[in-house]
Amino acid sequence: MNGLLTIFQLTLAEARRRKILLATFVCGVAFLGMFALGFYFIHREMVKHAGMDQIKQRMMLTTFVLAGLFGVNFLTVMTAVLMPVDTLSGEIASGVMQTLASKPIRRSTIVLGKWAAHGLVLAGYLLFMAGGVLAIARVIGGVAPPGIQVGLPLMLLEGLVLMTLSIAGGTRFSTVTNGIAVLGLYGLAFVGSWTEQIGTMAGNESARYVGTAASLLIPSEALWQLAAWHMQPSVVRDLHLTPFSPASVPNGAMVAWALAYVAMVLVLAVRGLSRRPL
Amino acid sequence: MTVPVVQARGLRKRFREKLAVADLTLAVGEGEIFGFLGPNGAGKTTSLKMLLGLIEPTGGTAQVLGAPLGNLRTRAGVGFLPEHFRFHDWLTGREMLRYHGRLYGLRGRKLEDRIEFLLARVDLVDAAGRKLREYSKGMLQRVGLAQALLNEPRLVFLDEPTSGLDPIGRLLVRDIIRDLKRAGTAVFLNSHLLGEVEATCDRVVFVKQGRAVGEMHMGDAGAGLEVELRVEPITSALLEGIARFGSALERADSLVRLRVDSEEALPALARWLVEQGANLYNMQAHRKSLEARFMEVMGEDQRPG
Ligand SMILES: Nc1ncnc2c1ncn2[C@@H]1O[C@H](COP(=O)(O)OP(=O)(O)OP(=O)(O)O)[C@@H](O)[C@H]1O
Ligand SMILES: [Mg+2]
Repeated sequence: MNGLLTIFQLTLAEARRRKILLATFVCGVAFLGMFALGFYFIHREMVKHAGMDQIKQRMMLTTFVLAGLFGVNFLTVMTAVLMPVDTLSGEIASGVMQTLASKPIRRSTIVLGKWAAHGLVLAGYLLFMAGGVLAIARVIGGVAPPGIQVGLPLMLLEGLVLMTLSIAGGTRFSTVTNGIAVLGLYGLAFVGSWTEQIGTMAGNESARYVGTAASLLIPSEALWQLAAWHMQPSVVRDLHLTPFSPASVPNGAMVAWALAYVAMVLVLAVRGLSRRPL
Repeated sequence: MTVPVVQARGLRKRFREKLAVADLTLAVGEGEIFGFLGPNGAGKTTSLKMLLGLIEPTGGTAQVLGAPLGNLRTRAGVGFLPEHFRFHDWLTGREMLRYHGRLYGLRGRKLEDRIEFLLARVDLVDAAGRKLREYSKGMLQRVGLAQALLNEPRLVFLDEPTSGLDPIGRLLVRDIIRDLKRAGTAVFLNSHLLGEVEATCDRVVFVKQGRAVGEMHMGDAGAGLEVELRVEPITSALLEGIARFGSALERADSLVRLRVDSEEALPALARWLVEQGANLYNMQAHRKSLEARFMEVMGEDQRPG
């Protein structure tokens, strides 16, 4: 337990010292500033054209909030993959891992400590970014998307799926290979999910299956689709008015699968490091 | 030898086609300063990593502090300075020691005192607040050594601890090893520096191409003494008589060389020669140097690799 806490603190200290936190925070603030500016202008325009009907106005603003959350989602994905991408591979390559692994701690402790610390940073990042977007929407436009309490945890789960993959990959691959591989998998899930959506709309079963298979392989994009579905008013989603309104809604089984997936990949990460010659 | 702190039987490591360690059988006693000496690529680092549980042996068995390899409890009593010591270079020297100490399960006052003691011991008190990234190679090596001693280990593995150190740094390491010996800590020292080993070790095992090919106890006559005599006249009866005192007899004019097992042979030999009526002009005995033994064991064919 002491070992776990030490690795956890060491990982957090690293994020702080290597200015990883600062960089993410600064970019996050820039993103939120941009979003606030955009939201402000759009909202002002709408208020001017008082003739525009209320429902349409709400819908446009809601769509813009979803676009903001989509941006947050993308940044969370990137952060989830890149932040821990060299945490194991880098330390294995530099030899730092030799000194750590010869201490009286299990290698699984090293993996779990790092996972927990990165998970905490990721959750903090998501909360900061999504909270910022929601706060801006509420303060400027009085818009509050529904289903946040379901949507945000789903987005976090999506981030955890990719973060865990990135950590696990680090036990086998070098840093760059690992980063490319995990982002590649994310891309695969992204295309797969869209194949599923369009396939469903077009009524093509095969396309639907291909998409579902991709989502099982990496349940990241499916989680975003589900999160987006929860975070929009039913009018918007039922009419499929925006790209954020999935035609084929992933179900609860996908969430269970994603949770199991994180656990399995974490076990693989532990095994990968335990067997790795250092 | 009491219970060995390291006991290896037929330890092997193969990396694909490369047999890095062929068959390692050795024992290191409690409190012993043990030198593991061999040329580059002989398999020293690989052997040590197997003993530390960093890599899995392909075959054979070993015990460290009486427990099988990789045992967690054992590691609490073991220190390790890797060949290329690296640690998170965004930490200061003191912070790095603190994190490492905590990984050993140390805490609070006890840990802080130990850190300050070790910083003073490796002469890094002034640099302790600087980031490791600003350290020179020698400073890193010394802070790494401090790291290996945090837990007051029963056994320390040092993989070429003086590489990158200036002469003062080397002397410092030598002194620290002497301190360890006094405190009863066993040291497993990987090296290819004969002088370093000669100055510090109780016993040396030579490794060549992944095999232990010889052993030498330092400071005792186990390795034998070389004796050079100048006597006249030399008769075949005299030579035969001299041969009884030692081995590897050689003769060149009035010079006779032989190897004897112990110093006790010297007065006996002198007495016998005088009794025979031979004129003894010179008699010199010198301990066979580690270097000579090293060359003998390694053979002429040895190439770095
Ligand atoms: N991970 C590895 N993969 C393949 N071969 C390896 C690996 N590690 C070591 N070897 C090979 O095993 C042999 C022994 O290497 P090792 O590092 O143990 O030598 P060493 O005695 O420590 O040498 P040096 O004095 O140069 O440090 C070398 O031929 C080396 O090339
Ligand atoms: Mg070596």
